[in-house]
Amino acid sequence: MITAGCDVGSLTAKAVVMEQGKILGSSIQKVRAHPEQAGQEVLESALREVNLDKGDVGAIIGTGYGGKNLPFVNRCESEIICHSQGAVWQEPDTGIIIDIGGQDVKAIKTDAQGNVLRYIYNDKCASGTGRFLEIIAEALELELDELGEIHDKSGKDLSLSNQCVVFAETEVISLVGEGEEIPDIVRAMHYSVSHRAASLARSLEIKPVAVMSGGVAKNRGMFKALQDSLGTELRSIPYFQLNGAIGAAILAEDSGQITGDRKKKSEVGQ
Amino acid sequence: MITLGLDVGSLTSKAVIQEDNQILATQVIRSKARPWESAREVYDQVLASANIGADQIDYSIGTGYGREKIPFVQEVVTEVSCHGRGLKWLVPSARTIIDIGGQDCKVIKLDKNGDIEKFSTNDKCASGTGRFLEVMGKILDLDLEQLGKKKTSSQNPVTLASACTVWAQADVIGHLNSRVPIEDIAAGVNNAMASRISVMVNNVGIERELCMTGGVAKNQGVVSALENLLGVKIKKLRRFDPQIIGALGAALLARNHSNGGRK
Repeated sequence: MITAGCDVGSLTAKAVVMEQGKILGSSIQKVRAHPEQAGQEVLESALREVNLDKGDVGAIIGTGYGGKNLPFVNRCESEIICHSQGAVWQEPDTGIIIDIGGQDVKAIKTDAQGNVLRYIYNDKCASGTGRFLEIIAEALELELDELGEIHDKSGKDLSLSNQCVVFAETEVISLVGEGEEIPDIVRAMHYSVSHRAASLARSLEIKPVAVMSGGVAKNRGMFKALQDSLGTELRSIPYFQLNGAIGAAILAEDSGQITGDRKKKSEVGQ
Repeated sequence: MITLGLDVGSLTSKAVIQEDNQILATQVIRSKARPWESAREVYDQVLASANIGADQIDYSIGTGYGREKIPFVQEVVTEVSCHGRGLKWLVPSARTIIDIGGQDCKVIKLDKNGDIEKFSTNDKCASGTGRFLEVMGKILDLDLEQLGKKKTSSQNPVTLASACTVWAQADVIGHLNSRVPIEDIAAGVNNAMASRISVMVNNVGIERELCMTGGVAKNQGVVSALENLLGVKIKKLRRFDPQIIGALGAALLARNHSNGGRK
């Protein structure tokens, strides 16, 4: 059976089309105004990539911040379960998943089957989330994509004393004023986020191996900082940004029997 | 005996000169980038305003966020002590003080003698501090005074989903984009601020009279929202700027040094 997972986050929408444990197609795009529309578009784009249409898909699961109201999904699953499933599929040794999203940060402890053992997340405070990186990058007039490279040029151990994003922004501006180097500030910012994420993870007791999901994992500086803060092996997974969508597509496979009208229609069509 | 109190805060710097039981002069300025520059400027201005020379000051005390960086005061004292002392002098019946500064928020409980019994501070998170209002005011294009007045004109205040300044900011922008009237958003901002502060106040516990110091005490919207949440009236500081209580307290504490002697 062909299944799909559609993960609509606060910043990006991700879709994956899978068949028998293999990824057929995928797509990632920015969420602009409407989460539903972004979900629709990203799924269509993933299907187009492999010349399929929605009728060919047996079951679709939606997840993520904006994944709850998608009209075309058979069912929704929590991001926690999807990330857990996705991570174990990508890296069977996964013990804990750190997901730094645009508006939250999560730590999920999983067993070898991808079942969630325990999880913890912060969406109350912007500190430790992707938003922290966005705000500080903007204050430094840097693009998110260049942060990893800039981090590598740092030669000095600098740290931010403020955890609050609002106060840290002011602190960063005054560090620039005091003549501190941009790469050192960028590195300090990465450590600020990673410390926060690692302390969430530690409250669950870290179970190796750790993996990092979410678009922030693209940032190598952030990855290194997190590895350091966790004090355990952090392995990279190939589809870090698609992880939630992959998990959703896998769960859709398991639940093929309980899918709704769409499935029946597609079977009739075939 | 003439004493001087200097309160160098993150947003404003304040100075008070006292002689015996009278206030000779007060001064409030916007803080500069460097605390010692703020201290120097407010110091020069308050001396000019009292029309006295630096050599006439018998003893001076510095307080506030930048207190360790003031080169010319004889002593530094914490803001908590200064606010306690200043308020006790102004309102002898005061027992609980809410002081909201530019980037922190404190609740101080005094005992019957005006000594500090208990206090709680938040300087880790911008929520519940003056910075929260500053950020929101900027988006709404209102200064702090205008923001305070919007409370009374709103029938339908919005509820902000999160206490975090960053998330609340996104929320406010969302409300603006969906054309919610400004006064409803402003009232929602004041309510959010009050609700955050009330949690801290309740943790410390209220004993009357309850007073408020710091610049945010001038925001009537926050004050009345707080009164509603706490179910207690906040005693007004008549004819007195709530921003200068810390500096006043510093000047009063300086009087204990009668042996300071003129230089």
